Amino acid sequence: MDSLTETSNNALLDEGRRVMQICNACRYCEGFCAVFPAMEKRFDFTSGDLKYLANLCHDCRECYYSCQYSPPHEFQLNVPKTFAAIRQQTYREYAWPSFMVSLFSNSKRALLISTFIFPVFFILASLLLVGPDALFTAYSDADGSFYRIVSHTMLVWGFGSAGIFAVIAMLVGGYRFWQETTAEKSAVFDLRAVVRALHDAMRLRYLGGASGEGCAYPEEQASNLRRRFHHLTFYGFMLCFAATSVATVYHYLFDLPAPYAFFSLPVQLGFFGGIMLLVGPLGLLYLKRIRDPEPADTLQTGMDITFLVLLLATSITGLLLLFLRETGMMGIMLVIHLGLVMGLFITMPYGKFVHGIYRLSALVKNAKEEGV
Amino acid sequence: MIQPGKLYDVLVIGGGNAGLCAAITAREAGASVLILESAPVHFRGGNSRHVRNLRCVHDGPEDVLLGSYPLSEYWDDLVQVTGGKTNESLAKMMLQESAHCRNWMRHHGARFQPALGGTLQLSRTNAFFLGGGKSLLNAYYRSAEKLGIDIEYDAEVTDLEIVNSQFRSATVKRNTQTEQIKARVLITSSGGFQANIDWLKEAWGEAAENFIIRGTPYDNGRILRLLMDAGMSTISDVSQCHAVAVHADSPRFDGGIATRVDCVSLGIVVNRHAVRFYDEGEDFWPKRYAIWGRLIAQQPDQIAYAIIDAKSAGSYLPPVFPPVQADSVAELAVKLSLDPATLDHTLHSYNAAVQPGNFDLTLLDNCHTDGLVPCKSHWARKLDTPPYRAYPLRPGITFTYLGVAVNDKAQVLQNGVPTANIYAAGEIMAGNILGKGYLAGIGMTIGTVFGRIAGREAVRGLTH
Repeated sequence: MDSLTETSNNALLDEGRRVMQICNACRYCEGFCAVFPAMEKRFDFTSGDLKYLANLCHDCRECYYSCQYSPPHEFQLNVPKTFAAIRQQTYREYAWPSFMVSLFSNSKRALLISTFIFPVFFILASLLLVGPDALFTAYSDADGSFYRIVSHTMLVWGFGSAGIFAVIAMLVGGYRFWQETTAEKSAVFDLRAVVRALHDAMRLRYLGGASGEGCAYPEEQASNLRRRFHHLTFYGFMLCFAATSVATVYHYLFDLPAPYAFFSLPVQLGFFGGIMLLVGPLGLLYLKRIRDPEPADTLQTGMDITFLVLLLATSITGLLLLFLRETGMMGIMLVIHLGLVMGLFITMPYGKFVHGIYRLSALVKNAKEEGV
Repeated sequence: MIQPGKLYDVLVIGGGNAGLCAAITAREAGASVLILESAPVHFRGGNSRHVRNLRCVHDGPEDVLLGSYPLSEYWDDLVQVTGGKTNESLAKMMLQESAHCRNWMRHHGARFQPALGGTLQLSRTNAFFLGGGKSLLNAYYRSAEKLGIDIEYDAEVTDLEIVNSQFRSATVKRNTQTEQIKARVLITSSGGFQANIDWLKEAWGEAAENFIIRGTPYDNGRILRLLMDAGMSTISDVSQCHAVAVHADSPRFDGGIATRVDCVSLGIVVNRHAVRFYDEGEDFWPKRYAIWGRLIAQQPDQIAYAIIDAKSAGSYLPPVFPPVQADSVAELAVKLSLDPATLDHTLHSYNAAVQPGNFDLTLLDNCHTDGLVPCKSHWARKLDTPPYRAYPLRPGITFTYLGVAVNDKAQVLQNGVPTANIYAAGEIMAGNILGKGYLAGIGMTIGTVFGRIAGREAVRGLTH
């Protein structure tokens, strides 16, 4: 079976329990990552334990290649695959509201809605609202070109509310995850644990192997490629986010509306962020193509690809917008780009983006357990 | 892949730790090398797939190793477990060499880590492999491929042509074809014969049918038999092996480390007749686990049951399968298909014999029985708190000791005289060091040290 997620939720957790019981009797992998030491603190595995361990797993795959019990051994242990399937289940189970989950649970449909329907809808809306002439006119930067197409107010309200919705939906998911995986409900906020977890997450410590040599991805021999491409993706995304934030400050505090000159801070942040967000997802997609498929879960893979393609489409259109902004293509590029960003916001709580929240929560819980 | 018709300098039969150490050493000394591994690629490496550490001499704290483990102490430990059944000069040479293994190993991709959870008693004496033996082997195989060593999987050697103590060629079976491989030197590192149940029966009779083989099913002893038939000198005897108690539901072969059950000293162990048969608290478990395979092999149907109560929860490493659990002794007996009255009687007499004391697993404590036969000398607590948990146990054979006699150049001996071009390393000659008993991690010392010696000496013996 290519995807364990297709089995029922309970059967999947039973499989996770079986796997962990064998791993806990072996323990050879405890030097690889945080998962196995956390496993060793447990004797029985509740569904909360399994979801916690699955989200603590970074899919570095060292354990798969080192495993004396991996297929074709009759124990058929495949920790990365089993955990990928449980993570996939976590993402669905904790997402909110549930009707959105069923809408986006099929990753092809999610891809269609976010990368096609939203941009098309935005194009149609702009044709209706501003008309084809205005849309395909070339404006100089000095004209405040973007706002000839979409008003600033509409941008703020539209994307502000979509962004707030995405954040709330993801916080609900994170809260639900924390509720189920943490027995002590009244867990106090532990600053040291949060700092530790952020530190591990931002360095992607657990994609670095035991001593920074990297992990067994795309195949057995340790490599830091995935870690680097992920860094490019994440920090590229953050730079783009920073570009928008700086632009907002410019707009409201300094009364400086967009577009900004190429060497201005917002454009520089967005430019380099965009390049990183181009190279990172491309690299990750390439690695996904050449990687060993055995330790992967196909449903999880579908979700991964959807998210990467969406990020890629966003960065490509963002960069094109920058270079075409004084041509007659500016209007259409802007509208497509905005449609993609809206698609990104709306699907965020139901797609791969949430791995950041659950994995960070798992790292915080782990830091608390380890007492750091 | 085999290069057809080629006369190899060195043929290595068996691609486990010893074979890889030998092949890599020989290749680095300039020889052309072919490794024939009888397992498919996924199961390559023999029992080394399941190992986890190397016991080695060191004079002070060194990277992952704490304290020091001088040669004299290693030697004393070896004498103790073997009862002196070891070749002293060979063993001491090996112990000396063990101090120099880790750098070589690291150079060929080995990664080390501190002792695993639950094995802290080994953190001074044993260097653990990150990810265990399969991870180590993966690194060695990568190293071997990079060096240009030819490797053939699914390639079982079915015959050896040995003329006047001189190896000439090997007959290899691949799929349905057989072919002759010629080489100037032969290194045998093909393991023991523990997966050959018929051979085990020579020592154990029908009881061997109930043994679980913890390691590879490919160690059928064929090469050892061929060498014996060719008149090579042997060492140790057919009954000697490393055998422990393992979970009775374990796979027949290849269950490895996960099959261990280590709650014996916490409770009692009964046989099929629901009676106890040995002092469960004789000594610390790490010092006693290696005798329980034999003890259970001597019981009817080669089965036993370790029984503990709720007080022991959390004090032992979790076994591979969930326990048989019951709220009463009678229910437990039914679930285990034991006679309820006898089990009840066994538990009652045990509980009645338990003396008050201060339970402490870290010490040889004063919790013992009085007037019970067999007694339980330490960690004896009443079994009175449900739920009761039981784990079924069977003898688990790790590897056998009957092997070929070698000298300090790893040359196989015939009538006490070294053969010209036949070497041995690893389990196939482990009996030279281990006449009986076992020390955790010494199997890897034997394989690594003698593998490297065999590789080095094999090339030295080549007349170019």
